[in-house]
Amino acid sequence: MINKCIATIEEAVADIRDGSTVMIGGFGTAGMPFELIDALISHGASDLTVISNNAGNGDTGLAALLKAGFVRKMICSFPRQVDSYVFDELYRSGRIELELVPQGNLAERIRAAGAGIGAFFTPTGFGTILAEGKETRNISGRDYVLEYPIYADVALIKARAADRWGNLVYHETARNFGPIMATAAHCTIVQVDKIVELGGLDPESIVTPGIFVQRVVEVQGRSREFGHAAGASA
Amino acid sequence: MKKLNHDQMAARIARDIPEGAYVNLGIGMPTLVANHLPKDREVILHSENGVLGMGSAPPAGAEDPDLINAGKQPVTLLPGGAYFHHADSFGMMRGGHVDICVMGAFQVSVRGDLANWHSGSPDAIPAVGGAMDLAIGAKQVFVMMDLLTKKGESKLVERCTYPLTGIGCISRVYTDVAVIDITPGGPRVVETVEGLEIEELERITGLEFGAARLA
Repeated sequence: MINKCIATIEEAVADIRDGSTVMIGGFGTAGMPFELIDALISHGASDLTVISNNAGNGDTGLAALLKAGFVRKMICSFPRQVDSYVFDELYRSGRIELELVPQGNLAERIRAAGAGIGAFFTPTGFGTILAEGKETRNISGRDYVLEYPIYADVALIKARAADRWGNLVYHETARNFGPIMATAAHCTIVQVDKIVELGGLDPESIVTPGIFVQRVVEVQGRSREFGHAAGASA
Repeated sequence: MKKLNHDQMAARIARDIPEGAYVNLGIGMPTLVANHLPKDREVILHSENGVLGMGSAPPAGAEDPDLINAGKQPVTLLPGGAYFHHADSFGMMRGGHVDICVMGAFQVSVRGDLANWHSGSPDAIPAVGGAMDLAIGAKQVFVMMDLLTKKGESKLVERCTYPLTGIGCISRVYTDVAVIDITPGGPRVVETVEGLEIEELERITGLEFGAARLA
């Protein structure tokens, strides 16, 4: 019997090694897998490369992982926010490396990794400092930049519900990077509000088919209040 | 000369957004445009973090942490709205499916180059977000900005000195004193506020706008 459900969140992250590349879902705090990150911090894997849209908010979630000193490099589109002081301090003191990627290129590079694409030409960023040194090509009169896939050892994402085959449905804009990160990692670990019986998810509405998911762990949802200051950020 | 305030600028832009348009409003000042879209006009707002059919802010106490906009502020979803993942969301932009995008700017050049993501200051922490994708993706990219910086320098320039966001991507610039189209023949004045002649605009900006005002 296939059963991707893991009993405890500690067990779900127990084999993440030092030096791993880890994708972390979320856009700001929406979709951020806070409990999985907390478990990763307790587990203590270090020297990580983290791929996430932002670089942490406040002191929790990704910011807490950064604060713990476990991250060597961030690959993201928008690190600077009103409450990204943990990252800001690390960056200014030269204790973290940053690869800045336009958000659509970040998403497409992740998608490409999951879809077996070797590289792709995109118009985004052409002629800017973020495309410096990259191969370019004019195709049918338009200029493009060659971008390569981003793979990960592990993806930590959050979804609303799963079954034991790993099929997922998400919640509102907390979906964001979850479905593409799930495809791009060797081991995709998902925290969900609820695990349902096989057949309990509408097959027409499943967003991530279980083939992309290795582990599922049910987490009792934290307070769903709108607790974080909204920052001018994208 | 009677300068427009930001709400008046937003209202002016809203007038140019037609029924049925798919529109992305950049963070900051452009979000004001949503407040001025006529109630009887159906315009579908896109947010980069995976929403079409975005509605206004919820009443206090009804905020939902999972339902936010690109600026990470709480929003609502209209009936008919949809959620999707990030690769689809940016495919909508890059693939030319979004009709209009409105963005703020540090500088716009007469050739339609946009600089709006990085001050270029060596101690700044760079952050680009979706700006580069929006700039080159939407069918029409409008800029909403005050014409002059706080120091009185024109933000419409011959050549951008700030790091670029995109090349030749701007269609039209809405400022507090004039609306200017970026055309293959250079910038053309669509309209100016009362009391501002094109000659004076040329003096302020140091640019030439061609003889005729566009209709």
